[in-house]
Amino acid sequence: MAAVQDGQMELDAEKETKPEILSDGTSNLSGNTASGTLSSSPLTAAPAGGAPKMEDQQTLIAVLQFLKRNKLTDSVEILRREAGLGEDQEDSQATDGSGGGKGDVDGGDANSLLSRVSITSAAAPQSMCDSPLMFMLSAAGADDQPDVSVVLSAYSQQGDPSLYQVYYSGLKNFIESVLDCHRAELSQLFYPLFVHMYLELVYNNHENEAKAFFEKFSGDQECYYQDDLRVLCGLTKKEHLKGNEVLLDFRTSRFVLRISRDSYQLLKRHLQERHNNQIWNIIQEHLYIDIFDGMPRSKSQIDSMSGSLAGEGKREVNKAKVFHGLLKEPEIEVPLDDEDDEAENEEGKPKKKKTKKDSLGSKSKKQDPNAPQQNRIPLPELKDSDKLDKIMYMKESTKRIRLGPENLPSICFYTFLNAYQGLTAVDFTDDSSLLAGGFADSTVRVWSVTPKKLRKVKSAADLNMIDKESDDVLERIMDEKTASESKILYGHSGPVYGVSFSPDRNYLLSSSEDGTVRLWSLLTFTCLVGYKGHNYPVWDTQFSPFGYYFVSGGHDRVARLWATDHYQPLRIFAGHLADVTCTRFHPNSNYVATGSTDRTIRLWDVLNGNCVRIFTGHKGPIHSLAFSPNGKFLASGSTDGRVLLWDIGHGLMIGELKGHTDTIYSLKFSRDGEILASGSMDNTVRLWNSMKAFDEVETDDFTATTGHIHLPDNSQELLLGTYHSKSTPVTHLHFTRRNLLLAAGAYNSQ
Amino acid sequence: HQSSTGREERRFAEVPRESIKLMAESTGVELSEEVAALLAEDVCYRLREATQNSSQFMRHAKRRKLSVEDFNRALRWSNTETVCGYGAQDALPFRPLKEGELFFVEDREINLVELALATNIPKGCAETMVRVHVSYLDGKGNLEPQGTVPTAVQSLSEDLLKYYQQITRAILGEDPHLMKVALIDLQSNSKIAALLPYFVYVISGVKSVSHDLDQLNRLLHMVKSLVQNPYLYLGSYVRSLVSSVMYCILEPLAASINPLNDHWTLRDYAALLLSHIFWTHGDLVSGLYHQILLSLQKVLSDPVRPLCSHYGAVVGLHALGWKAVERVLYPHLPAYWANLQAVLDDYSVSNAQVKADGHKVYGAILVAVERLLKMKALSLTLAAEGSSAGLPGTTTGAVGFRENSPGLSPPPEPLSEPPLGIASHLQAGGAGCQWEEWTPVSLPAMYCELYSFFGDSLAVRFSTDPPLGGAPPPGPCQPLEGRKEPASSAPNLENTRKMPQLTASMNISPRQDGSPRMEPQPPSLAATVPGRSLSRSSSSSSVSRSRSSSSRPGRSTSQSRDIFPKSRFPLPQAGPPAFSFIIGGRQMGRRCLGRRFQTSFTPTPPLTTLPPRAYAHKLPVIGRVSKPVRRWTCSHYSLHLPL
Repeated sequence: MAAVQDGQMELDAEKETKPEILSDGTSNLSGNTASGTLSSSPLTAAPAGGAPKMEDQQTLIAVLQFLKRNKLTDSVEILRREAGLGEDQEDSQATDGSGGGKGDVDGGDANSLLSRVSITSAAAPQSMCDSPLMFMLSAAGADDQPDVSVVLSAYSQQGDPSLYQVYYSGLKNFIESVLDCHRAELSQLFYPLFVHMYLELVYNNHENEAKAFFEKFSGDQECYYQDDLRVLCGLTKKEHLKGNEVLLDFRTSRFVLRISRDSYQLLKRHLQERHNNQIWNIIQEHLYIDIFDGMPRSKSQIDSMSGSLAGEGKREVNKAKVFHGLLKEPEIEVPLDDEDDEAENEEGKPKKKKTKKDSLGSKSKKQDPNAPQQNRIPLPELKDSDKLDKIMYMKESTKRIRLGPENLPSICFYTFLNAYQGLTAVDFTDDSSLLAGGFADSTVRVWSVTPKKLRKVKSAADLNMIDKESDDVLERIMDEKTASESKILYGHSGPVYGVSFSPDRNYLLSSSEDGTVRLWSLLTFTCLVGYKGHNYPVWDTQFSPFGYYFVSGGHDRVARLWATDHYQPLRIFAGHLADVTCTRFHPNSNYVATGSTDRTIRLWDVLNGNCVRIFTGHKGPIHSLAFSPNGKFLASGSTDGRVLLWDIGHGLMIGELKGHTDTIYSLKFSRDGEILASGSMDNTVRLWNSMKAFDEVETDDFTATTGHIHLPDNSQELLLGTYHSKSTPVTHLHFTRRNLLLAAGAYNSQ
Repeated sequence: HQSSTGREERRFAEVPRESIKLMAESTGVELSEEVAALLAEDVCYRLREATQNSSQFMRHAKRRKLSVEDFNRALRWSNTETVCGYGAQDALPFRPLKEGELFFVEDREINLVELALATNIPKGCAETMVRVHVSYLDGKGNLEPQGTVPTAVQSLSEDLLKYYQQITRAILGEDPHLMKVALIDLQSNSKIAALLPYFVYVISGVKSVSHDLDQLNRLLHMVKSLVQNPYLYLGSYVRSLVSSVMYCILEPLAASINPLNDHWTLRDYAALLLSHIFWTHGDLVSGLYHQILLSLQKVLSDPVRPLCSHYGAVVGLHALGWKAVERVLYPHLPAYWANLQAVLDDYSVSNAQVKADGHKVYGAILVAVERLLKMKALSLTLAAEGSSAGLPGTTTGAVGFRENSPGLSPPPEPLSEPPLGIASHLQAGGAGCQWEEWTPVSLPAMYCELYSFFGDSLAVRFSTDPPLGGAPPPGPCQPLEGRKEPASSAPNLENTRKMPQLTASMNISPRQDGSPRMEPQPPSLAATVPGRSLSRSSSSSSVSRSRSSSSRPGRSTSQSRDIFPKSRFPLPQAGPPAFSFIIGGRQMGRRCLGRRFQTSFTPTPPLTTLPPRAYAHKLPVIGRVSKPVRRWTCSHYSLHLPL
């Protein structure tokens, strides 16, 4: 399968789209300062957050250089103007950036060691930047060479191929002989070293040695790397390296290891004593060792955090402040509805005013200290209908069942029957009135789950006849003749992998294998817009909780932020090393979480497109994400059947829920956040005591500085119930406003 | 074209170079060994890669099985031609050729002409749809087995339909033997859940065969079999069944016009059945007990109804247990007695038949009352045993007993529960139901009053039945009785003439009151000795006072029958408040005019009522409080679920 950098042929095709991507990239990377390209975008209303950092500037310069080289002088001008960079500044930085850029970024302790490393090509140091975009730039910077060889050239300094086994087993013996406390930490080296040594052998055409090397040491690797090893195992030819995606991830990113200073010194001493340059070079070039002071971590601590394609997240990545609080509820004059009105009137008028105040009071007064500024992200104005809906929501929430370990929710299962074509995605509206299903036959079907039928708006000619002043005009515009329980939306040309309703229930988004995201009107049941940009299958899409924005993620390894009235994305969140499989908006709409096949979860700031959190720990592709209603926590489910809980504010893993035996495709918190429901391919819904899971962590004293957590193995205590369906995988879960749990899935007759 | 063989390396299938060479030859290219080997390896790698890539399409389609479609998608995205012709859902047989290592997919030729001209056009696949099912309620599995309702909704299978026809034919047919077999099967068959609604429907046909005693009987037997079938979950169908049974008990059936028809037995049987349903399945429907009581009471208090209906009401109450009798029949008795007495006193020839019916009712009441007294006595002795001997208040004991009484009377549900009008019988009778505000009446008072109606015939029943009545409490009660009373049965025997059974319990109460032991009230309840008993029982013995039926003749009843006075407790004297017997009596007396006892109904034990109520409380999650079961069933029929 072709990825962004997929060998010569694809590269050529890619070039044509590059300018477009780049301009996207510009808006992404220079989000704080650039306003030209985004002048139409609502996001620019956000205040600029100070001067760009050094790193940002370098990025800018790199972009400028690229633009220059491709004779895009206009763009250069614009960008320079926007960024406020002088030409000389650019030049001086440029030389600096290409030469010693690495040192700048890495900094700290590793610096002195790194200086020993022989200078590689100009592109290599930049490849450690997280984004493939940067990689692409640097690749293009190297005189349009096929990018692969640029990166792979790092492998060209080979030693004696026959000695690789000796090197590796030497290190292995050393690590196995060190003290227990260091062994666990240093064992982390095995896998990345193994991979890179193997690739080096393959690159240098030592096929047989490579095979032997693999045979001998692949069994030592942690079981959660099996999937990657399987891919690696097939690679025995240099030519094959070019198009391989997994390999690409290894090339473009440095494997991040977190090791205590003591352990690291131990390793360093050992390698220097033995003059084991082969391994040392690999460590320098392809690994990033994140050194910390303090006690070495235990095996279980390491295991809980490792498993991702590129090691753990760097600690400093998770240091950024995240405003995870909720936005203030908009002040809505709550007109009491008719029923209440009558009841009030009977008792007398004065009381009426009182209740009005009460219903507004409680929530909106308190401002969450962790909440972002109300206008940090420009949000759409509330329409009257939205206000009505909010009122409905408040009313419903007063009738909400308080869930807890003693009071589990009832579960209703919506079973899709006769879904021969294959159900691939499901979504409910927030008020649980509509149900949408995406199918592998490219259709999207919408059902009404209330007695209210789905109706189209009348044709334009008929609409002219309507008295627009009448009170029930909204009723009149509907065409009764079209009323039906379900509607089918045709338009995609590939399986629909994601569907999402807009909060106001007027729109539906669907993302498909055909590379587009489509916006459908639920008034006319027609397609309004097809958002093109991903060019590869789009695995997931979701509307922002406030509407207007939506996010999508796909095979092209990026997540994109869109606004419904823009045909181009507003932000591109690039950084994942593999497909973005699921995307979720934070309840305050300021952040987007993405889960990926690279087994990491990233949290992105919508304002500036920065990646503010990287969560590692899953051992398989992540297929479901859910924010807790208070915005403080994130739950993620993956193919390994585990649910992990994350504290967003501290950037820590705080829980591991084991129990499922197959991929978890759906996660949902109850409306008050006490219960987490997970639905899986293993035909079960499980309920977890999320309150307890969160509480227990909060009572611990946080070792937020080190980020080293010790997870209690208490899945069984937290598991409140396991509920089986007969033969229906659980594709989607939804809590109604009264906390009834709805599950959906297609009956599987086999 | 992807023939592959397993080598010593089991990890992957590999394409041998021979296959490559063969493929090349088939297209007319000669390959050297070296090139073939390289190609083979490359093909192998590419296949692997494509397979790995295709797996993500499978994962995102939320399937476990990799399909040809997934593989083709992977090929398409890597700019490779897709493989056509393998999209069938069914697995393709992959066959080896015996001579030579050749494998191929069996691909039969299809005669397109035949296919095109075929008359049996294949049916299109069914419409994709969504069905909703309440899988788990409050974290518990759906009480309604997942199979029952949907299968009932679906058209019945051939077999079930046949079974249904056979069974109904057998039961309603002529052959008694066949009927017996059918009933036995109905009672034990575990696979007829889907037919339940149909059987219930058949049974509800009682109304249309009210002229045919035999058919009614058969239908009742059918009910019995269904009720006894351990595999059936009756759910809300209990209501329907109860309503049919109630019909047989209470309605003036067409069959009863002919005096030769023994509809009495039918009513007896139906009453027994009712109690059976109630005791075994009463928990399925909340408020059932009260509804039944209400409808029975309504019939009883309706003088227009024929005597056979009254008879049914009495036997029905009797079948529901002595508590029901005490609560409904007993308070009604004075009013009812007037009517009955009128009938019984009419010796005219034209009245003969009615009079005979009246005697039936009289007999039924007598039996019911007798049991009431016996059970009450039993309960009192038990209670007395329970409460410490020193305590004077017997009421506590009595109440305590009621609380502890093991399911003799089911937990009274909150009366606010709206009656579910399923059958006319079950409609609530009148707004103010007496038994709702029912106060326990002391045993002696009760006995006295009853004695005033039945006279010696009541006493005789006890006297003739000493072992049953005299020593009702076996085991645990014995020692107590022995202590308090020389022997419970012995005095009974002695006092046969004098309300023997009652003495046992009467002895208890005065004694505990600490008052001088009184002679048990003589049975001479003739209206001639009012003052005597009063004076004798002095302060403590409210019993005598209350039972002083002497005063009765003087009062006028609503029926304007002097013989059946309404107020039995005419003396609102101040007495020691310790005796709740008295208090109860007095209150009754004070309020006697409307027979509306103000005394609040003793708070029912909350514990027993909790489970069903708590359950009902949580139901609003889905819809309504009152009709949970019906709601669920509805939810199966359509997508719409009240949320």
